[in-house]
Amino acid sequence: MLNIVNIICIFSQNKKQKKYIHTDTKKLNHQTPKTSEYMEEYTLTINNKTQTIEADNDTPLLWVLRDQLNMVGTKYGCGIGQCGACTVHLDGVAVRSCSLPISSITGAITTIEGLSEKGDHPVQQAWKEHDVPQCGYCQAGQMMTASALLKKNPSPSDEEIQTAMNGNICRCGTYLRINKAVKTAAKL
Amino acid sequence: MQTKNIKRRQFFKLSAAAGGGMVLGFSWLVSCKQASPVAHVLNMPKDWFEFNAYLKIGDTGVATIFSQNPEIGQNVKTSMPMIVAEELDIDWRNVLVEQAGLNTNKFERQVAGGSQSIRQGWETLRKAGATARQLLVNAAAKEWEVTPSECRTENGIIYGPNNKQMGYGKVASAAAGMEIPKDVQLKDPKDFKIIGNGKGNVDIDKIITGQPLFGLDTKREGMLYAAVVRPPAFGQKLTSFDDAEARKVNGVKDIIQFGDKIAVLAKTTWQAFKAKKLIKAVYKQDVPAESTTDHNIALADLLNKKTTEFLRNDGDVEKAFKEADKVVTRVYEAPFLPHNCLEPMNFFANVTDEKVDMYGPIQTPAWARSRAAAILKREEADIDVGMSRMGGGFGRRLYGDFSDEAAEISSLAKAPIQLTFSREDDMTAGTYRPATKYQIQASIKDDKITGYRLTEAAINRNMFDSIADFFPAGAIPNLQVIAQKHDSNITTGAWRAPYTNFLAFAEQSFFDEIAQMLDKDEVELRMELLEQAKGPASTDEKIEYNPKRMQACIRLATEKANWGKMGSNVHQGISAYYSHNTHVTEIANVEMRDNVPVVTEVTCVVDCGIVINPKGAINQIEGGIIDGIGHAMYGDFSFEKGVPSASNFDRFRLIRNTEAPKISVHFIKSNIDPTGLGEPSLPPAGGAIANALFKATGKRMYKQPFIKEEDVLG
Repeated sequence: MLNIVNIICIFSQNKKQKKYIHTDTKKLNHQTPKTSEYMEEYTLTINNKTQTIEADNDTPLLWVLRDQLNMVGTKYGCGIGQCGACTVHLDGVAVRSCSLPISSITGAITTIEGLSEKGDHPVQQAWKEHDVPQCGYCQAGQMMTASALLKKNPSPSDEEIQTAMNGNICRCGTYLRINKAVKTAAKL
Repeated sequence: MQTKNIKRRQFFKLSAAAGGGMVLGFSWLVSCKQASPVAHVLNMPKDWFEFNAYLKIGDTGVATIFSQNPEIGQNVKTSMPMIVAEELDIDWRNVLVEQAGLNTNKFERQVAGGSQSIRQGWETLRKAGATARQLLVNAAAKEWEVTPSECRTENGIIYGPNNKQMGYGKVASAAAGMEIPKDVQLKDPKDFKIIGNGKGNVDIDKIITGQPLFGLDTKREGMLYAAVVRPPAFGQKLTSFDDAEARKVNGVKDIIQFGDKIAVLAKTTWQAFKAKKLIKAVYKQDVPAESTTDHNIALADLLNKKTTEFLRNDGDVEKAFKEADKVVTRVYEAPFLPHNCLEPMNFFANVTDEKVDMYGPIQTPAWARSRAAAILKREEADIDVGMSRMGGGFGRRLYGDFSDEAAEISSLAKAPIQLTFSREDDMTAGTYRPATKYQIQASIKDDKITGYRLTEAAINRNMFDSIADFFPAGAIPNLQVIAQKHDSNITTGAWRAPYTNFLAFAEQSFFDEIAQMLDKDEVELRMELLEQAKGPASTDEKIEYNPKRMQACIRLATEKANWGKMGSNVHQGISAYYSHNTHVTEIANVEMRDNVPVVTEVTCVVDCGIVINPKGAINQIEGGIIDGIGHAMYGDFSFEKGVPSASNFDRFRLIRNTEAPKISVHFIKSNIDPTGLGEPSLPPAGGAIANALFKATGKRMYKQPFIKEEDVLG
């Protein structure tokens, strides 16, 4: 759903500023001083907030979120887009942030931290009602995939749910509860 | 879909409606006491009073219960505090739970492993809650000038004679200072209000909102991220390396060799991972590189190696075999398996002159501390190992090789570091479920099983002695259990339900084959053998399982699964297995879909005594079944000259959502002291589906993963 706010954000994201920043040459043990390098500056919209980040152009969004923005809800499981633990939304569509270099991002990002303000998105409520998690590590990715599904398909069949969720591995095997929770969230 | 602002009352109405759609044999919704529709507000205390290691109570009556054991997803963080709260007799909504720190003076066995947390904690946790309750009663009685026996408690309130009443909060301060009573009354299980009623995961709010919880989420001042280069093949040593290119990566702070490994330290994980890949390292093969083909030959040879050492030797197996009409011999094989916790190995360490601060996902924090002390040559008293929540354990995190590495790197770098394994590191670094072969033999005479021999050939380590006392020990008078091992430089360790995770399939499908040969119903054969394990005909030697309890599981499972009544399209296989003190029976349904057999449903009956938290218990059972099916069906891992065959999920297949069958879980109603659930539902799963697959396809499975049997599974 495009509105004025979103359009302005997309426009401002496309402005990438190249900045040359000398890295620290803190000497430790056997290190030799580094030559100066540069990192680029990027402006992203994450959970409706504009953020400016300095990173190498190949840095996956996953690690920008986790290590630079202190948003650790999005998880690392495999780094090759196979497990889904890193799933975020790009303009409402589920994407694997481990495989999304920061330089390629045009669009608004939503992470698990921004799925709702009070933790009461229907998917979150349903996850709580069905007591879905065992270890809990995959669940942010599961919920981001589920919420993106429901945005596109508000009344999915059981088969459609399973197919959509199939990219998200749960090592603990909470699949049955995940599917029930998605069904419940669709009704909320 | 629009997000709606759901009022709590409406939310609970909806959750009751949703319950109808669940395919669960055990309706936990019925036993769940829903909280009142009015939101419960915690009245946070100003002052707290400590009662014991497990419990402090605030001046408003809110209690904080400390969960002593590491949390790997088995949800002891909810169920262990539930036990304390039950005997404390407090409203569960007024309970806050915190992860306890490592403190071997206050707590025994701060370990996640062996499905033992509830079983071994049961008495102590109950006493902790009951003692605090008695202190509160004693304090109230003192204030009222009545005797404690005239008082009773209910839900956090003490009631005295003449309509006197007082909340725990009012008297907590006085109670905490009173003399600890020696004998305390424990509740009768029929009076349990919290135990046996499903409670939501205590960390649910943090999990669903992505708050920091796991080891990998750790952030500390001045922390560097460390990634380690390890030899690509087992048996290699590092001879030299060139890190010039690696040092050019932005954010890299240092590169340090330690032993045969190289640590890259950087400001972010990505920078460390990136730099790691640019290191050019040269290795020499120090000990021979091993391949799976070599292991297969070695293990096969061991199966028939003559021995006089037995884990168990009842009667005279040689004689029974000699006098038999026939001896049936079958060999079963399973590969190495990586654990693949979804959160890869990681640990935080900050080694300074004053102290050593360590924190992260570890199933054995005390052991990690003692090893760190040895590595760093420091006193254990200077070292703290804190337990984060873990993204899975499965036995991998019993072995703190990663916490050892973190400590060593921090010490060398003189900086706080967060060591992170990439998935590739995690899958190739070792500590696998060992590749194993089982040879099972039975002698048949006059259509009866007269003798039984189980031989194990495993890499590095063997089944523990108690497994030899599992079924069919006691059921067959002439019985031998032999364990042989082949030493390898590929590291191995405990993997969820060690040994039984594969042995159960071998044994249970073997008995199905025997039943078929004897033209006997496989349920009847099991019931008969279990009957034999009870009576005077059975051996005097100890057996580890309870035949009567297992028979009850089998009976209920066949009833709930409509055994034999499902029609010709549904092929059912049964597996009954005892492990980790818990009895389980599973029946799997397999149906043909487009000429491919599909596991559509599993019915599971569990006897674990008292079920503490049905919500969490069912989750564990389902998870164990799905894990067991997934690895039996798909888990493949081999070695070519010391190099693993897979390093990520593109080449190692884990079971996915569309492959999980429907599951119904039934608990045997019991007041017997509780036993564990973390592992027991996994072992029977492989056998149940193998036995069902036979019915569907006419083919017996002998090797895992089953997916390799292309002519069976398509």
